[in-house]
Amino acid sequence: MTPVAVMVGANRIVSAAGIIHPLGSADLSPDEEKVLRRRIVEQALQALRTEVAKPTVFTRE
Amino acid sequence: MALRVVCYLNQFFGQLGGEEKAGVGPQVVDGAVGAARAVQQALGDAGTVVATVVCGDNYAAEHPDRATAELVQLVAAARPDLLVAGPAFLAGRYGVACGALCAAVQAELKIPAVTGMHGENPGVELYRRRVYVVQTRGEATRMLEEAQKLVALGLALARGEAIGTPSAHGYFARGVTRNVVADASAADRAVAMLLDKLAGRPFVSEVPRPAFPPVAPPRLVKTLEGATIALVTDGGLVPRGNPDGIEALNATRYGAYSIEGKSSLDAAQYDNPHRGYDTTWVKEDPHRLVPVDVARELEQSGAIGKLHETVYSTVGVATTLAQSARMGREIAEKLREAGVDAVILTST
Repeated sequence: MTPVAVMVGANRIVSAAGIIHPLGSADLSPDEEKVLRRRIVEQALQALRTEVAKPTVFTRE
Repeated sequence: MALRVVCYLNQFFGQLGGEEKAGVGPQVVDGAVGAARAVQQALGDAGTVVATVVCGDNYAAEHPDRATAELVQLVAAARPDLLVAGPAFLAGRYGVACGALCAAVQAELKIPAVTGMHGENPGVELYRRRVYVVQTRGEATRMLEEAQKLVALGLALARGEAIGTPSAHGYFARGVTRNVVADASAADRAVAMLLDKLAGRPFVSEVPRPAFPPVAPPRLVKTLEGATIALVTDGGLVPRGNPDGIEALNATRYGAYSIEGKSSLDAAQYDNPHRGYDTTWVKEDPHRLVPVDVARELEQSGAIGKLHETVYSTVGVATTLAQSARMGREIAEKLREAGVDAVILTST
């Protein structure tokens, strides 16, 4: 739903893992899932210290 | 019969002076002075500017209640049939003062009022629902032309004539829905609009999209290692039993849930009333929505200074903009009071 976040003017947007489990994935093992979650949260922290001028989507590599 | 009109101007347009006179209080001058002369010219024989009320921008902005009350008295003393305030163009203090005075004169004196300003003047959003605010340019380069627009709408209001649509009269929509008989069915209008769109012709939607004013991106002033980070979600996490009764959709409530002493969330203690997505997976493991486990590890490793001990949660589906804005404002105030520096808001 990142286009909605952009439309309403959220400034730092991290695209996460999906609507039904934004910070996880039922398809992964518990360990892999936690690695994924940690990566998304770390990216959110990285976004917080990045200066932006307008709504910006940070996509995962 | 010619109407009695009172004009309201700031110190600049009232020819008292510039910023150095912005502190002057309300005063009244007989007849039309400064920009009010353009209003008189636009009125022609239809009305007479019997008085011009002037107030400094800073006085109006710093004592809004007192300034408006004093100005209403001056307006009342001139016994007008119509108040014309401004136009204020892009001048923020002036625009807000014009809106406040028009609203008060309408409510307290039952005298119609009209003002004008540029779309980005903060007075528009503050007062357009209560006051007819005519859309003007940003600069005062064509004062007579702008005054004519204000006067045309003002005369119609003073004469009790029916007021047309915002686009017909050039005023900002007041958020009023009025039933009208359309000359074609919705299907016909929709197809006509589609054909215009396909042909690259201009068309106007009958359902305007809500405007989202830009929010200046705040800068994190601390390093992450020294910052307190809070977790917030609109994905519907609640303790089992949903103690705050957060609605399954169209929410008006949010909850504040302590995670003190918790290194992770026990799925058995949580539930999720959200009816906008399949919550099976986040009920199975709430960290898929609110990453308390990972955030705690980052706190312990020193990557972040502190994880805020309260998680705020609501249900974001079919939630009205007004309710969302209110809940967001309230949550932000509480986070700020608690010394939180930044928020990770997880959304579905």
